[in-house]
Amino acid sequence: MEADFQVIDNYLMVKMPAEIDHHQSGAISRKADSFLLRDSIQGIVFDFEDTKFMDSSGVGIIMGRYKKISCLGGRIFAIHADRQIRRILYISGLSKIVEIME
Amino acid sequence: MKQEEKKISRGYDNELRMEFDAVSCNESFARMAVSAFIAPLNPTMEEMADVKTAVSEAVTNAIIHGYGNVQGYIPGHMQCPREISVGKVRMYCRIEGDVLAVEIEDDGQGIDNVEQALEPLFTTKPELERSGMGFAFMEAFMDDLQILSAPGRGCKIVMEKKLGSMPWLEEDE
Ligand SMILES: Nc1ncnc2c1ncn2[C@@H]1O[C@H](COP(=O)(O)OP(=O)(O)OP(=O)(O)O)[C@@H](O)[C@H]1O
Ligand SMILES: [Mg+2]
Repeated sequence: MEADFQVIDNYLMVKMPAEIDHHQSGAISRKADSFLLRDSIQGIVFDFEDTKFMDSSGVGIIMGRYKKISCLGGRIFAIHADRQIRRILYISGLSKIVEIME
Repeated sequence: MKQEEKKISRGYDNELRMEFDAVSCNESFARMAVSAFIAPLNPTMEEMADVKTAVSEAVTNAIIHGYGNVQGYIPGHMQCPREISVGKVRMYCRIEGDVLAVEIEDDGQGIDNVEQALEPLFTTKPELERSGMGFAFMEAFMDDLQILSAPGRGCKIVMEKKLGSMPWLEEDE
């Protein structure tokens, strides 16, 4: 399953795949960046509804996108993050820059 | 049945040894193998996720840092290069009672400074958007972590974790 991208009201919605590891992370980052360049994106929403696994490669995706949009005041959100994904976000310190929502 | 088998004392209950190419498509394969291997111990969902994450981190490190195979790779895929560094990753798992031991080993470039590598956020590959959290996750999700490595001598990660909470403990949660 591949990640799915959609722009709604200047927010880039990224539906993350079932498994996020190094195998896929490069492609997700590149695709996300192509939207950041094209549209005037104010924020990115990472949707983890379908995600059953994520390792540090997912942290790299989020951190990398944060570096790109934060200087322009962009914000990052995480929705539908299960318990394990939340733990990853907290341990990595990403919870400080990502707004975790239900 | 289990009791009888235990009489044959061999120091462990079950063992798995495998070797695979150091390419990215094998990261999920290694995770699946270790989950199937520990399933009979009835680990909690959290324990299962912990072990999968730790194994994924160690295997990914071997592929990316050990052998420098940084790109995503699918066998037979047109866009994937046929010429990549053909290193092997070895995974060894052992169950002894309710304790899982996992070893992930590569013959790649090895680590110069293990202490520094262990620091959260330290990475030698920031340009690849590595976050430097791999070892931090292995430490957080497993009970024990050891790193045996030297420059040019590969890397061996040894991890342990006790699995299968007691039924009455699970009810408490
Ligand atoms: N098997 C290995 N062979 C050689 N060097 C390694 C190996 N594993 C780790 N390292 C070194 O240790 C550093 C830290 O590893 P760690 O997994 O914590 O972070 P990372 O892989 O750089 O980033 P992340 O895991 O968050 O994607 C790496 O950047 C690399 O320099
Ligand atoms: Mg790593």
